Amino acid sequence: MMRASDDRLTIYERSRPGRRAFVAPLLDVPERALDELLPPELRRSEAPRLPEVAEPEIVRHYNRLSRRNFDLDTGFYPLGSCTMKYNPKLHERVAGLPGHARLHPLQDPSRAQGALELMWKLQQSLGEIAGLPHVSLQPSAGSHGELAGVLLTRAYHEDHGDRRTKVLTPDNAHGTNPATVTMAGYEVVKVGTDERGNVDLDDLRAKATEDVACLMLTNPSTVGLFEQGIEEIERIVHGVGATLYYDGANLNAIMGICRPGDMGFDIVHFNLHKSFTQPHGGGGPGAGPIAVAERIEPYLPRPQVIVREGTNGSGPRYDLDYDRPKSIGRLRGFQGNYGVFVRSYAYIRSLGAAGLREVSEVAVLNANYLLARLQREGVAEYLPAAYDRICKHEFVLSGTPMKRALGIKTLDLAKRLLDFGVHPPTVYFPLIVDEALLIEPTETETKETLDRFADIVAEILREAAEDPELARNAPYTTPVRRLDEAQAARHPVVRQAM
Amino acid sequence: MTSYVSATEAERREMLAAIGVGSIDDLFADIPAQLRLGRALALDAGLSEQEVYDELRALAARNVSAEDEVTFLGAGMYDSYVPALVDSIISRSEFLTPYTPYQPEISQGGLQAMFEYQTAISELTGLPVSNASVYEGPSAVAAAGYVAKLENGRRRFIVSRGVHPHARETLATLAKGYGMETEEAPLRDGRTELPPLDDSVSAIILQQPNFLGVVEEVAPLAAAAREAGALTICSCDPIPLALLKPPGECGVDVAVGEGQTLGNRLDFGGPSFGFFAVTQSLLRRIPGRIAGETTDVEGRRGFVLTLQTREQHIRRERATSNICTSQALNALAGVIYLSWLGRRGLVELAELMLQRTAYARERLAAVEGVELLVDQPVVREFAVRLGAPVESVIARCREEGINPGYPLGRDYPELDDCLLVAITERRTRADIDRLADALAAAVATERERLAVRA
Repeated sequence: MMRASDDRLTIYERSRPGRRAFVAPLLDVPERALDELLPPELRRSEAPRLPEVAEPEIVRHYNRLSRRNFDLDTGFYPLGSCTMKYNPKLHERVAGLPGHARLHPLQDPSRAQGALELMWKLQQSLGEIAGLPHVSLQPSAGSHGELAGVLLTRAYHEDHGDRRTKVLTPDNAHGTNPATVTMAGYEVVKVGTDERGNVDLDDLRAKATEDVACLMLTNPSTVGLFEQGIEEIERIVHGVGATLYYDGANLNAIMGICRPGDMGFDIVHFNLHKSFTQPHGGGGPGAGPIAVAERIEPYLPRPQVIVREGTNGSGPRYDLDYDRPKSIGRLRGFQGNYGVFVRSYAYIRSLGAAGLREVSEVAVLNANYLLARLQREGVAEYLPAAYDRICKHEFVLSGTPMKRALGIKTLDLAKRLLDFGVHPPTVYFPLIVDEALLIEPTETETKETLDRFADIVAEILREAAEDPELARNAPYTTPVRRLDEAQAARHPVVRQAM
Repeated sequence: MTSYVSATEAERREMLAAIGVGSIDDLFADIPAQLRLGRALALDAGLSEQEVYDELRALAARNVSAEDEVTFLGAGMYDSYVPALVDSIISRSEFLTPYTPYQPEISQGGLQAMFEYQTAISELTGLPVSNASVYEGPSAVAAAGYVAKLENGRRRFIVSRGVHPHARETLATLAKGYGMETEEAPLRDGRTELPPLDDSVSAIILQQPNFLGVVEEVAPLAAAAREAGALTICSCDPIPLALLKPPGECGVDVAVGEGQTLGNRLDFGGPSFGFFAVTQSLLRRIPGRIAGETTDVEGRRGFVLTLQTREQHIRRERATSNICTSQALNALAGVIYLSWLGRRGLVELAELMLQRTAYARERLAAVEGVELLVDQPVVREFAVRLGAPVESVIARCREEGINPGYPLGRDYPELDDCLLVAITERRTRADIDRLADALAAAVATERERLAVRA
């Protein structure tokens, strides 16, 4: 039995028989015998072994745990592809208003007009940002939006009597893309990337055949670059009758500057937990609305929020439309992650068109500035940019020269960064760059923060030149040091033993 | 307009110079000119914080929430009490703002909370392995179907008509993608009746208690599935599991469910979380994140995301699911809530609901024109047949400040005169009495109208 020091005890290890927090409301109805209400053969013999802890100790326990987390309100979090921007405090306040927070999802639409109006207006705003007119807010996260998009593609083709079997994804795609394709019953075909970081157009032409249903693309791509051949890509993909899907993970780079719909994309998903400030929550909740072109609209999930203009001077009436015979159906229960919609709507209302454009401008400015800072002498020779171009909201460095010259890997650099109080970038993604670091500073960081990060990276490289062991064994100052992940996978302990 | 950007004009110039370009526009020169928007987005101008607050407050005021009426609406989400400590803890930025814990050394809080959550779900379901959460209830059912498909490669699901209509529809949506057929098993006397099962059946899918509130006898159904080599998937309401024989003891292979009622708000349907627990033999098929215990280089206990070779970022097109972001914060609320209830509290809460539901059932059954749909055991929800048009009865009750429940006819044409009534710990005897009175008056009025028309 492993012994844990006091601040590592689990809530179950703090349990003592007889302690309690909850006190039940009074039993105010005549008490009936349990056996009469629930026959013994349906009942469990032993109550679930939940912890027995008084309220003050529960609060202390979780407060202690919280202090063992690094968070965005404490420090820099340049985790590429995740858009770790500031989450405004106002959003928590408005999402907590009882009229939003205690609204039952099956409340009659006539009595949920505020919620439906908010959803309608959010749909309109997202549609405008994407340049695609029809929006469903239903998907719960980016990968759920992707699944919706590929199922929409399937429905679209089948409705046109067209059976297709393949979906194209770039070799640098987010892992969710190929995983989604399989779940939607298609075969994944990978398309290569050229030396400039763009989709390899010759490879795309060769693979874009009549049995291809869709190309899933991120633009800016997962290497942080604008896909310069996008117009040709659009011609090739639509030329074989396939749909063009936009993975919206990187939308933070282009809001108000250019739009996926104008590039010819048919289906777009948004990550409201990235560009639209829903806090990440340590792994959710998020929301992954989709926007689609006219020809895809009939297949959108059910129900759809609709508006009917008022008659005789009354205002517009919002409703849920279930009567959608060509719909792919539901993707989840109820209407989606409404609490997330409230926050993202508040964000769009706060910033407006000019503010959203400023977000993208400064996100790209910050990324290019940090890239420039990291391409100075002392860093560039160890961590060259994977592509020598103006980047969008994020960029990729390769740690290969660092590994060769200094004997430390990208993982070691990442772990050493922890000792300097910053969150490391995304590492070892995208897969097409060896020893990759994907760095996304976001628009809400200051110049000083970017400068400090560049200085820290230079410092780590300097110290590695003297003593690579320092980075190889990092971190030192964190609540735990490097953890044995192999042991965890070989002998999985996934619950508390009792 | 509100802005969360720090960069001043002077800093922007300085940064542009360091980059070696003349203007912000130069940073977007790689976007073909004809693709640039060339105008402002057609959105309203940005507002100050207080103006946004006022607008969001005005929208909230146009909703009738559980704060404004006595509600008996349930059908998958429940007006249960969220204790203050849940709000307090989950609003700490250390839990609210981090990403998925990819760097375990600085994410021990979140990872340990996941481990504690997984333990609680394992205890509730009687199954040894829980993941760290999926999106919500109905999509968890569909994700469970995918596990069955991966496990045995068969082509059909048998789905009880007692499974939440949203879950049945979600399963059908996703099953179409991954190439499976779904077939419905009917309810008889409120309980699932399985058709004969053959070796084309991948899984049977049940709900406990089912959508009509009835406690199913799961064990014999699961035994029949096992006999045919099929898996049993059961969607569960977690609070009744305090009293009911846990799915793991009934032969269930995959137990899933909607977690909202565990410390999460109604939020008009989300975000909440879905729980997902499996037998040991399905450990490597489970979707989503799993926290596991291990040690650091100094031998200290620590937690990591484990078994990641199942997941999309490693396994890509061969992953067991595409899920990435799930519902960590909502699951954290769940484990805090369950810790607050504690071992005895969970049972006391479920028993209180059981007793009040029994009382409500008796009170409503005594109303002239109202009868119970079935008299099988229920825990916190039950269906009544009204001898009057349901939507009109609901409208009349609302005028009295009572939302009497969910009209079953929306999903079950054969039950178009039925109402589904949910009791939570927030509904007191006085509330139930008011419901009975309002329903009695509404049904009587509607029956008179019918009689006059006849």
